[in-house]
Amino acid sequence: MRELLLCPPDYYGIEYEINPWMSVARGAETAIVQEQWKQLHATLSKFCKVHLITPQPRLPDMVFTANAGLTVGRKFIPSNFRHKERAGEQPFFAKWMEQHGYQVGWLPEKLYFEGEGDALFSNDVLFCGYKFRSDIQSHRTIADMLSCLTISVELVDPRFYHLDTCFCPLPDGGAFWFPNAFDEYGQRAIREHVTDLIDVAPEEAMHFSCNAVVIDRDIVLPEGAPQLVTKLEERGYRCHELPMSEFIKAGGACKCLTMFMPQRQAM
Amino acid sequence: MFSETIELRGHIIDSLILPKVLDQILTHGGNFKITEVQIGRKRADQSFARIEVSAETGEALDELILRLRQQGAEVLERANADVAPAPADGVFPPEFYVTTNQQTFVRFDGKEIEVTPAIINSAIAVDRKKGDARAVKFFDVKKGDEIVVGHQGIRVVPVQRATTHTDPFQFINNIVDAEEPKSAIIREIAEELRRAHSAGGKIAVVGGPAIVRTGAGGHLVRLIEGGCIDRLFAGNAFAAYDVERALFGTSLGLSPDVAIARGGHENHLRAINTIREVGGIAAAVREKILTSGIMHACVQHDVDIVLIGAIGDEVPLPGVTTDVIECEKILRDKLRDVTHVLLATLRYSLALGAFLANNVKTVCVDIDPPAVERAVERQPLQSIGLVTDVEPFLRELDDCLSGSKVSQ
Repeated sequence: MRELLLCPPDYYGIEYEINPWMSVARGAETAIVQEQWKQLHATLSKFCKVHLITPQPRLPDMVFTANAGLTVGRKFIPSNFRHKERAGEQPFFAKWMEQHGYQVGWLPEKLYFEGEGDALFSNDVLFCGYKFRSDIQSHRTIADMLSCLTISVELVDPRFYHLDTCFCPLPDGGAFWFPNAFDEYGQRAIREHVTDLIDVAPEEAMHFSCNAVVIDRDIVLPEGAPQLVTKLEERGYRCHELPMSEFIKAGGACKCLTMFMPQRQAM
Repeated sequence: MFSETIELRGHIIDSLILPKVLDQILTHGGNFKITEVQIGRKRADQSFARIEVSAETGEALDELILRLRQQGAEVLERANADVAPAPADGVFPPEFYVTTNQQTFVRFDGKEIEVTPAIINSAIAVDRKKGDARAVKFFDVKKGDEIVVGHQGIRVVPVQRATTHTDPFQFINNIVDAEEPKSAIIREIAEELRRAHSAGGKIAVVGGPAIVRTGAGGHLVRLIEGGCIDRLFAGNAFAAYDVERALFGTSLGLSPDVAIARGGHENHLRAINTIREVGGIAAAVREKILTSGIMHACVQHDVDIVLIGAIGDEVPLPGVTTDVIECEKILRDKLRDVTHVLLATLRYSLALGAFLANNVKTVCVDIDPPAVERAVERQPLQSIGLVTDVEPFLRELDDCLSGSKVSQ
């Protein structure tokens, strides 16, 4: 059974603005936040073993565990957050993973890297996004640490600032994605390495449809993407659509709220 | 050209980062040379590329490098140049760097500064506060001036053969011998001069007495009248012969029209005396004493005249510089903006060669093959030598350019 790490949204809120989705004037409704997160937790718990990390005050985005780091086999590479607002999350995640038996491999401090948010495996190829949050230089170090082929793709639309907001690999080697979030070279690199690509329409991409958790044939994704759901179901996937409105206010949804432990077995 | 070396590492082939970086260099007006590439052999192996990136200006290069850094490019740190103070006026420190006539850059505090002018056999004086590097001769240097020593932190950029267009100056065999046809190449030269002039280039003639004595002066006068020439460099003798020709119809007592001219060699000295008496060539033109000839045409058409003296001259005409050090300074100054030089005298061609930057295009005309070879070898890929009497050359050039004013 796959294992996941989630963080309860006890301290979640829009307290600063570090992406185009965030507006402190448009806060999240606490009751709905709890409701939406519990629903996600319950859905994922059906297929996976879910671990919870204790949330910390003054770290509202700690709920987005995908950005904690990248786990491969028993190795955990903690993130180096670009924004100081989130930098405080790193020691809590690193300590938790270490306590749970993971070997922590640190990146050099000067290299920004935001974990699974910008690093997703499609089979044995690790796709890494760069520019808004992660530095391309960090990809090289990660490729060294994991001994795998790493394809660096440049993100060009600030609304899709992490790779997991616009690209979601599927276990059969395909993926669904929002092509306009990548530059021309990134699009070409993805097309060359991923065989069956499902393009997500712009209006559905804006509902964070690509920010989905894929567990074998089950896909947990935000509601609001009927065209994508149809295409996925045609390919034999079971889609579980959840309301995510309060987390989208902070620029995150199902995948951002989830970290795989591990995302992939050791190379 | 300003340049930096960058390195790319990682899965730069599969990620298309290498082609992206090369495309960005070209689309932002830069250029590149890949100096090393290592392609990973296994799937997980990373690749490596070392690329020399160049741009027209330091600012354009900085902007380009900033862009490439976002794509993971790391700029290779280069050593800075070393300097030592000049121990006395007119003395360079030991181990001073000796310049070539190629474009040269020195690096200080991680930035490259272009050495100006690009002239041969000089040292490099640096003013780091001003961000300035000058090629200096012995007489330029003052005690304590910072002079570049050793070879570290210096980059020399040789002229490259053009690949985008046919350039008559870049023929492999750039000397046309006496028995070879010259009309086609002279037409090409005329076309190049016309092109250069319309692009804002400056054309200089270095004239020797043969121009006057062979009766080719009329052709040069027409080129001057047509606005083809911006500056004339010559010795005292050239000017004196031309004035003598204008005043008495002879040059050094010989007339191209009659076998034995009246007055003979006396005419030469009388001509010099006339100019001295009136105060100079320009004054003689102004007072209508000098009404024809090359000097007259230059004054009438605002062509800058630079006259240099030599041992063996008769008495120098007013305006002729006779101090050797002063001559060097004037030549360097007056050649600074020149783009094309027609060399038609061995004596001054070789002297002038020491002050020409390597991108100045030269046409050397002389009847003596070794003289042409010596002048041409100074400016590889930028010069054409013609072994011929100067009169047919100027006649043909005049034919090609007359009637088509090339002035801007």
